[in-house]
Amino acid sequence: METTITRPLSEVAEGQTVNIIRIDGGRGMRVRLTTLGLLPKTRVMVVHNGRSGPFVISVKNSKMALGRGVVDKIMVS
Amino acid sequence: MTDSKLKKITVALAGNPNCGKTSVFNMLTGASHHVANYPGTTVETVQGKCVHGDFRIVFVDLPGAYGLTTFSAEELVARNFIIDEKPDIVVNVIDASNLERNLYLTTQLIELGVPIVLAFNMNDIAVQRGIIFDTDRLSELLEAPIVRTVASKSQGRVDLLNAIVAKANAPRKLRTHYITYGDEIENSMKQIEPLVRSEYPGLAAKYDSRWLALKLLEQDGDILSKISGDWLVDTVGDTITKLKTIFGDDPEVIIAERRSGFISGACQESVKNTVELTHTTSDLADAVLTHRVFGLPIFLLMMYLLFYLTFSIAAYPMAWLEQFFGWLSSAIALIWPTQEGNWLRSLIIDGIIPGVGGVLVFLPNILLLFLAIAVLEDSGYMARAAFIMDRLMHKIGLHGKSFIPMLIGFGCSVPAIMATRILENKRNRLTTIMILPLMSCGARLTIYGLLIPAFFPQNWRGPVLWLIYLTGIVLAVIAAKVLRLTVFRGENTDFVMELPPYRVPTFKSLSAHTWLRGWLYLKKAGTVILVFSIILWAAMNYPRVSEQSVAGLSPDQIRQTQLANSVIGRVGRAIEPVIKPLGFDWKIGTALIGATAAKELFVSQLGIIYAVSSHDDPSATTLRQHLQADYSSLVGFCIMLFCLISSPCVATIAVTRSEAGSWFWAAFQFVSLTVLAYIITFAVYQIGSLVMAL
Repeated sequence: METTITRPLSEVAEGQTVNIIRIDGGRGMRVRLTTLGLLPKTRVMVVHNGRSGPFVISVKNSKMALGRGVVDKIMVS
Repeated sequence: MTDSKLKKITVALAGNPNCGKTSVFNMLTGASHHVANYPGTTVETVQGKCVHGDFRIVFVDLPGAYGLTTFSAEELVARNFIIDEKPDIVVNVIDASNLERNLYLTTQLIELGVPIVLAFNMNDIAVQRGIIFDTDRLSELLEAPIVRTVASKSQGRVDLLNAIVAKANAPRKLRTHYITYGDEIENSMKQIEPLVRSEYPGLAAKYDSRWLALKLLEQDGDILSKISGDWLVDTVGDTITKLKTIFGDDPEVIIAERRSGFISGACQESVKNTVELTHTTSDLADAVLTHRVFGLPIFLLMMYLLFYLTFSIAAYPMAWLEQFFGWLSSAIALIWPTQEGNWLRSLIIDGIIPGVGGVLVFLPNILLLFLAIAVLEDSGYMARAAFIMDRLMHKIGLHGKSFIPMLIGFGCSVPAIMATRILENKRNRLTTIMILPLMSCGARLTIYGLLIPAFFPQNWRGPVLWLIYLTGIVLAVIAAKVLRLTVFRGENTDFVMELPPYRVPTFKSLSAHTWLRGWLYLKKAGTVILVFSIILWAAMNYPRVSEQSVAGLSPDQIRQTQLANSVIGRVGRAIEPVIKPLGFDWKIGTALIGATAAKELFVSQLGIIYAVSSHDDPSATTLRQHLQADYSSLVGFCIMLFCLISSPCVATIAVTRSEAGSWFWAAFQFVSLTVLAYIITFAVYQIGSLVMAL
């Protein structure tokens, strides 16, 4: 079940798949995430969402670990 | 065909981390490796050779990179190598099971206009995952030949070599189509290009002008620094502002998105996913290994095994090496009779053999440590370990992976400093190297083993030892924080890391990794350690005392007189006024200087100074009695504190030099730690004396 409200990736529950809408980070962070394949319109699945610390997503065929500072800035729906 | 008739070409290997690039490199070059630090960086490039057809090919394994930006040292090194060294061909190794992300680097290689051969590696996994490629179509779109390989099973070697040779023989042709970035950006690039060509003919000759224009729009730091302070910068700035109003975003971000768009387009036309990805074994493994409750205990267990392997198992070969060198010394001493002034005998027996032994004795540590690290890295667990520790380490401004060298540091600083190679970020790596000597190493335990029983009653001994170790850890944490706020300031790049799928490491890759590290240690650090050991031997044995002045003394007394008369003994006396405020006298000063050769020498040096027979256990009761008679418990504690913090041993200095890439950092570490030790010991001794006087 997918909602259409835009919210930070950090608030997405484990197992849900969402689309990236935009990234509210600085230039450096956005380019770096693009390099890693994380950019608007990308579908990502939240594999692991610990309330603090560990956050793991699955994007295309790879898994990424993201810091809290990053997941708060990735807006999804 | 004779060697001289072979045509020489250079081939660079580029690819994402975890794409199997090193396996491809090993497959192509066999065992002939040669490591070079890229000038001015801590980043390494590995070289290897191979002969194929009438070509003699030199392969250069570039550092793993997701792109060719200036955000990380690795990416910049890869990029500069390609631009400056102009390899004849770039082999772009791609994880075929993860095509889209891997192709991002390819788009940037295409932009550079270099001849590319694509190696679609891990083809077996891609097939297993049901990915079907139309390689002909993809090859057409990317304008580069594609070869499928499974490097871990040596599949595709000949095909890849053939493709490289064919590409090298073919005339260089310009690309028929470029990656385009939309009308607005394309027009801006067309405006900037002629300006660059006319104003900077030098740059335009070295770099492709279209590429330069693109990099200027991306505000690429490296390129900007080459044209800084110029009206061209202003013109570019104006263009960027204009583009920003059009897109509502930085052109750099738009360009990055266009590259991704190009990749998606190419993949849509030529790649089909026949199987929807379901839970893999990797996911199951992750459910356990990064579990919120079990993750940490499993990690700690892994670290215990790593530590155990590195130090407990290595203790056996280390003991054999020590025995062998001891036996060698005494064997030579036996067949080579003592003659008056036979300095060569002493140089060999007391200088060179212990020196070489001192170098080789670390080798089992280093080989086993790097074997363990290679297993952790190749299996994919290293990324998880970093991830588990990151929350804690982030707080002191370090990376999750810094934990591993710090743990190794409790055994020995030398392999610990080498283990910082697992850190990609240069600032993180240097910070970790600088603070590592504060993790109290095994050699220093011999000093505590001598002093604690001498000065503290039974039930105090445990807490004092614990206090010493804790002081080291606390100081390391503070020092790391301070360094990250001052010398190594800079944002700690937000934690974004790929968690590669778990794999079973191959024997070939593990052994290649381990031997390369061992060899590097011998070559780079070993030589310096040996030279230092010989210098210290000379400082300890010269100038000689005359035969007459020691006539009638026992051998122990002769050694005592000799040391007091030597350079080190004299320096020890000379610095006495400086170390007096710490509660130390010339005897301790001399032992401390001698201990720079290796921390555990502090004990044997004191043994010589007090003329305690070398045949006794140096930590034996007699020496402790001498110490008790001469010093208070406070001084005893201050000696341990000073040994904990101060000047790392010569092996550490040598390894810091070779790993940090310059003598500057080795000197910085040595001086700042010694000053820190002085200040802290001074404070503790002075305050302690006041308290005791009350």
